[in-house]
Amino acid sequence: MLPSAAAIETERSATPSATVEPDVPWITLVHNDPVNLMSYVAYVFQSYFGFSEMKANQLMLDVHNKGRAVVSSGTREEMERDVQAMHGYGLWATLRQDR
Amino acid sequence: MGGYFEAASGGAAAEFDEFEAALLAAYARKILELVDVPDTATGTAEDLIASAFSEGPTERPADPALARLFPDAYTDLGPDGDAEAASAEFRRYTENDLRARKRDDARAVVRALEELFPDDPENLLNPGTRSAAVHLDPDDCRQWLGALNDLRLVMASWLDITDDEDFDELMDLDQDDPRALLVATYGWLTTMQDTLVEAMMRSL
Repeated sequence: MLPSAAAIETERSATPSATVEPDVPWITLVHNDPVNLMSYVAYVFQSYFGFSEMKANQLMLDVHNKGRAVVSSGTREEMERDVQAMHGYGLWATLRQDR
Repeated sequence: MGGYFEAASGGAAAEFDEFEAALLAAYARKILELVDVPDTATGTAEDLIASAFSEGPTERPADPALARLFPDAYTDLGPDGDAEAASAEFRRYTENDLRARKRDDARAVVRALEELFPDDPENLLNPGTRSAAVHLDPDDCRQWLGALNDLRLVMASWLDITDDEDFDELMDLDQDDPRALLVATYGWLTTMQDTLVEAMMRSL
């Protein structure tokens, strides 16, 4: 991801990134790429998933630093909807079973 | 350089001169060409019904720029899964809608820019010196963000930007390099998009 002009606050205590319950079998992953802006990715997480600014920033940083992050979990149909939405925003997302 | 957004009355606004407006409109039209979906907006009721039930493609686009706009949804379905088949199925039901959305986003940008200088909207070679401001409401902002992002993804594919350092290297290109204008435009759109995100975040 590309750093934005605005500095991103990382010092604040981070919320745990989206946790996946063991009985929920499907997850949506967002993958890092060199084009999408860090500010845009955080904006997408806030506006589509309704995450707080802090959680959206944390997930965005996970994508940036770890190469990908789990952004949602649920049924396969729900995850397909989320992946389709992410592709609509131009983010590279995939779904898979959380093994 | 124009095209940098500021928050304005619940949305965002940016000033464009004639060259900037013509340049961005030309690239946005390129997206329209690329995503090329059958236009049903003016079609008959039969066309609309047919398009609602028609199935989309199942193959990943051969053009790498398009493949980035419409990526595979499945890459890993475990040892017994068939990710390729699942991606094909996903495409069949989603790609047409996705293409229509990207077309609508790009069209919104083209339209707004054409309205800025309606008498001479496409003059890239001999632009005038006027400037005018584009005013976007929150819905326009979302369409512009989508279109700017799609454009940058396509340009990055043309420029073969595959990791975070690639763009920095391209910044050192010789002025005579045929990619120089594309690189400069990519950088401009990056800042444009960033300023638009910032403006929108304030209204979230």
